Amino acid sequence: MELTMEKEKLKTEKSMKTKTISGSEAVVLSLLEEGINIVFGYPGGAIMPLYDELYKYQDKIHHVLVRHEQGATHAAEGYSRTTNTTAVAIATSGPGATNLITGIADAMIDSTPMVCITGQVGAHLLGTDAFQETDIIGIAAPVTKWSFQVTKASEIPGAIAKAFYIANSGRPGPVLIDITKNALFEVFEFEYKKCTHIRSYQPKPVLNMEQVKQAAAAINGAKKPFILCGHGVLLSHAQEALMGVMEKAGIPAASTLLGLSAIPSSHQLYVGMLGMHGNYGPNMKTNECDVLIAVGMRFDDRVTGRLDAYAKQAKIIHIELDKSEISKNVHAHIPIHADAKEALNALLPLLERNKHPEWLEEFKACDKIEFEKVIKEELNPSTPQIKMAEVVRKLSDITKGQAILVTDVGQHQMMGLRYYQFETTNANVTSGGLGTMGFCLPAAFGAKMANPNKEVLAIIGDGGFQMTIQELGTIFQTNAAVKIIILNNNFLGLVRQWQALFFDRRYAQTELINPNFVMISQGYGIPAKKIEKREEIESAIKEMLAHNGPYLLEVMVEQEGNVFPMIPQGKAVHEIQLEA
Amino acid sequence: MSTEIKKYTISVFSENYSGILYRITQIFTRRKINIESLTTSESEKEGIHRFTIVVYGTENTVRNVALQIEKLVDVLMASYFLDDEVVAREIALYKMKPGPKVNEIVEAHNAKILYADADFIAIEKTGRKDETKSLFKDLEPHGILEFVRSGRVAVSKPMYSLHNYLQEIGEA
Repeated sequence: MELTMEKEKLKTEKSMKTKTISGSEAVVLSLLEEGINIVFGYPGGAIMPLYDELYKYQDKIHHVLVRHEQGATHAAEGYSRTTNTTAVAIATSGPGATNLITGIADAMIDSTPMVCITGQVGAHLLGTDAFQETDIIGIAAPVTKWSFQVTKASEIPGAIAKAFYIANSGRPGPVLIDITKNALFEVFEFEYKKCTHIRSYQPKPVLNMEQVKQAAAAINGAKKPFILCGHGVLLSHAQEALMGVMEKAGIPAASTLLGLSAIPSSHQLYVGMLGMHGNYGPNMKTNECDVLIAVGMRFDDRVTGRLDAYAKQAKIIHIELDKSEISKNVHAHIPIHADAKEALNALLPLLERNKHPEWLEEFKACDKIEFEKVIKEELNPSTPQIKMAEVVRKLSDITKGQAILVTDVGQHQMMGLRYYQFETTNANVTSGGLGTMGFCLPAAFGAKMANPNKEVLAIIGDGGFQMTIQELGTIFQTNAAVKIIILNNNFLGLVRQWQALFFDRRYAQTELINPNFVMISQGYGIPAKKIEKREEIESAIKEMLAHNGPYLLEVMVEQEGNVFPMIPQGKAVHEIQLEA
Repeated sequence: MSTEIKKYTISVFSENYSGILYRITQIFTRRKINIESLTTSESEKEGIHRFTIVVYGTENTVRNVALQIEKLVDVLMASYFLDDEVVAREIALYKMKPGPKVNEIVEAHNAKILYADADFIAIEKTGRKDETKSLFKDLEPHGILEFVRSGRVAVSKPMYSLHNYLQEIGEA
């Protein structure tokens, strides 16, 4: 009798620290420990035990039921990009898991912290071609920062803790945890400890002050210094630090596609966007500056154009957290392997207060040329058809640059990011590295759920919209108040533009015969309107923004509009063309 | 950096988790780099695995590949070396019909007979690839029944080691 009581006592003591629960409940409790209160997912056979727990915990974790697993990953990306926190996507085994891959690849190349949890067949069935079994760890390896297959419940807390630590430290990225069904059912003693250290993983490099001093000397001696602001500035919360450096040393700065919204568009030293469809000045001046300071970016080919003619005249300072990106594409004369914010803060006191008015004038001269040759006609067209740029600029003006802009991939994306004038940060959600059509719609409601008080504009082309059109169902079910603007030219516009420029206008499979988007939207219970005339733009936008809830505005735009300027593939940045 | 294609030995130290081999080889396959040889074993430090990978490539490519391998969460360190920067060996086994001539060749090549019975003998030769190849050539006319050669194992000549790295990160 006494002995039993002793046993009971021991058991109680133990359960004060640990808790005997199922693997499924452990997953939920682990997510709660990591501060997760929303997940995006889709149920299925192997993951059912977890869904049963999510049902029980629905007051603590809001599960957003997407209409296709790809939508879960993009929604998680939208959530993550606007908050810099880790978002979660859940899917079942087999096709559920493989449907996540596009979003995982997108998150990998665009450094987005995400934890994906997939169900898997029972451990005893692994490798036997069981129903809905697929080797998702193998399939996902090239596109995940880390992955782990859990086959025992006891592995769950450790694996999830590690997943969250890895996803959002160092250069962020997606992590996948695959859990066999038996592990979800198994009962074990649960205890959660956050992961703060992994021996083989050093996410925070030690800043080398020697290199910072060298960089400061180069900048202090520069006549034409030029800063390139990348996504890393946003990821390391280095916006203020970067603007401090810009302002103290009087350095103009341009942004990569993913670095947009780090610096307000109205900043005096902000000179525009880099890259294939970026602004004229920043591309031209890349090949004229004497010191190029690249911060948190990876010299993607869409930014550099022809590499052997890229900034050859300049001394290159590369501040980058991912060591493998330094001197990968462009040789860095002064490499600074560090967190952007830490490096910029160390650099600031070493910089002399400076101004480069003549150098800035050169950018302004380029702006003038670009305005005359391109922008003027885009914003004030002499033709009757609506142009994408005027719609975007109107959205920008009416929202005062304060909205979160979510774009898909193509002409509308380039136009959206060229003509929206960001005045608030962490406001640009786009698929940059992977160029994933279908990204926008799910990413937009993900962003909206993270920022319920902000305006979220989803600018989509008619092509990309139809790649994840079913997510209108999710928007309807959750009433996520995203404002969807379809810029409809009945073409896969950017591909058509290339066909026009490089394939003698042979429009191979780029013309779309589209359905009635307004009826489709209304079918999903989302109010919608279609406009075709310029005078309707402003009132239609205002009507859309005034609506309390999701809304779809279809704007018929010029069919064969082109995005200019353009650096044709294989050309150097200074060979940027203002017209065809 | 030189664009000349050379032979490089890449040394990788990793945690011993399942799937790490796949993650490492995938970095080569995505660039369509053929792996000449690959061996893995435990390193001087218990629990840490060592991969020795031989590839042909330009220094720039091999450098980028090594950095991408090092970036893997479960990899501690990856370095690359030219042939004159490593002490390297391979081991080859030859299965032959027994015969007096064979014994002579074995002796001349400083090889070893590992096993012998009435049906066959098994010969071991450790050395550089040209040495194991040369023995192969000499044995060939006498009928090689089976031949197998291991991947390269190598230690680096530069003195910076896993131990130094572990000290730097406070894990020694």
